[in-house]
Amino acid sequence: MPSQIESRTHDPVAATASASAQALLSMRGITKSYGDHVVLNHIDLDVASREKVAVIGPSGSGKTTILRAAIGQGTIRIDGEYLWHVKATDGLRPAGERHARRVRRAVGIVFQQFNLFPHMTALENVREPLVHALGMRRQESDARATDLLCQVGLKDHLGKHPAQLSGGQQQRVAIARSLALRPKIMLFDEVTSALDPELVGEVLRVVRQLASEGEMSMLIVTHEISFAADIADRVLMFDAGKIVEQGPPSQVLKNPTNPRTRQFLRAVLER
Amino acid sequence: MSSFHWDWGFAWAILPELLQGLVVTVLATLLGSMVAFALGMVWTLVRMLRIPLLTPSVSFFVEFIRGTPLLIQLYFLYYVLPTWGLTISPLPTGIFGLGLFYSAYAAEIFRAGIEDLPPGQWEAALTLGLPVRRVWLGIILPQAIRSVVPILGNVVISMFKQSSLLSTITMFELLAAGLNIGSVNYRYVEPLTLVGAFYFAISFLSARIVRSLEAKHAFAD
Repeated sequence: MPSQIESRTHDPVAATASASAQALLSMRGITKSYGDHVVLNHIDLDVASREKVAVIGPSGSGKTTILRAAIGQGTIRIDGEYLWHVKATDGLRPAGERHARRVRRAVGIVFQQFNLFPHMTALENVREPLVHALGMRRQESDARATDLLCQVGLKDHLGKHPAQLSGGQQQRVAIARSLALRPKIMLFDEVTSALDPELVGEVLRVVRQLASEGEMSMLIVTHEISFAADIADRVLMFDAGKIVEQGPPSQVLKNPTNPRTRQFLRAVLER
Repeated sequence: MSSFHWDWGFAWAILPELLQGLVVTVLATLLGSMVAFALGMVWTLVRMLRIPLLTPSVSFFVEFIRGTPLLIQLYFLYYVLPTWGLTISPLPTGIFGLGLFYSAYAAEIFRAGIEDLPPGQWEAALTLGLPVRRVWLGIILPQAIRSVVPILGNVVISMFKQSSLLSTITMFELLAAGLNIGSVNYRYVEPLTLVGAFYFAISFLSARIVRSLEAKHAFAD
């Protein structure tokens, strides 16, 4: 783990200063509610360049929602650009869906339910964004898609449809697909929750490998506490729509100060 | 000639003329289906894209088509439009009439097919930065259409049977051929029985095909 990130996240003042200067993902005052039920309550969240942030918390705490909010409505900056606005001389001007689509390319998302396109093969799934978002030519996109699928260990499954693949393989295709646009930040939404226990390992291995390459920022919502401990520079504990505790894994996961965090970890680790 | 009597020789003799009628019926059904699916898709997209004025108008129009009998719509196209200076011959009128009527049902089926797709498909397409056009044509519609193929098959079968109404606008299809033979020869038993047998045979076989499609789909899911 690069020590500069460690020290930055240890020191709250330095963390805030550097985050506002060079945060790759920056969300301000994100609030979300369904009727009377407040899911997210004025959340501010920054993820620095190359930083790996794990999000834990009980279900219904808003942790998946914050991940979705990262590409949703609100004041959101990705890699220096506002998602829904463009800078003008007199402040921010609203920008349309097309602008948002371009800014969003810096974000890759892997979903709990994979969300592969079932009518396409593994290769076609990965090629889809290359051809239709980047406008790559067929040969080039074929080579790049094959490359990505090899990276996640699916060299022998290029021509298979999702229905012919195991859950773990499908999730690895989904990871390869989300890497296609060379995102600067990857969001992982409980990517192992829908998998049979024996398939969790192969998916976590791929995520670990990506993390160890270091280039990308990651925001990882997960129930796998030991995985979060290994991979994250910073852990956020969500409860009732708020971040109740955050810090390096050694603190939040090993010596939590918040009673809700302690209670949650005890419940999860006893499983 | 009051007793029931089946004349095999007569039945055999009228077969060619009935088959000619059957060809017209099948042709009207196939072309009518294309019209129905094409228009139905247009209605669906206009309704889903929520275009001011256009969407409510189309919604009302589709409700109107569903809420009035096909026979009246055919009469209107065939007898009323000419008084407004728009005269079309029976075959195209019949094909358009059938297609228009069933497009209202096809629209509902397409809409259901689209709405039944998991929201994750939209999310994935959105987060991969695909342009809206590609999302519809490459991701949503291929899956939605594939999932409703068996139901559309049932629409075609229903249209095949209802196409007998086209005989009322002087289109020489299967039923009209049978009626014509009957009135010329003063014998209705053989022609009408054979007409019914043709309808049944083709509907029955088509229904079997549709059912096997359904089974295939259930398996693929």
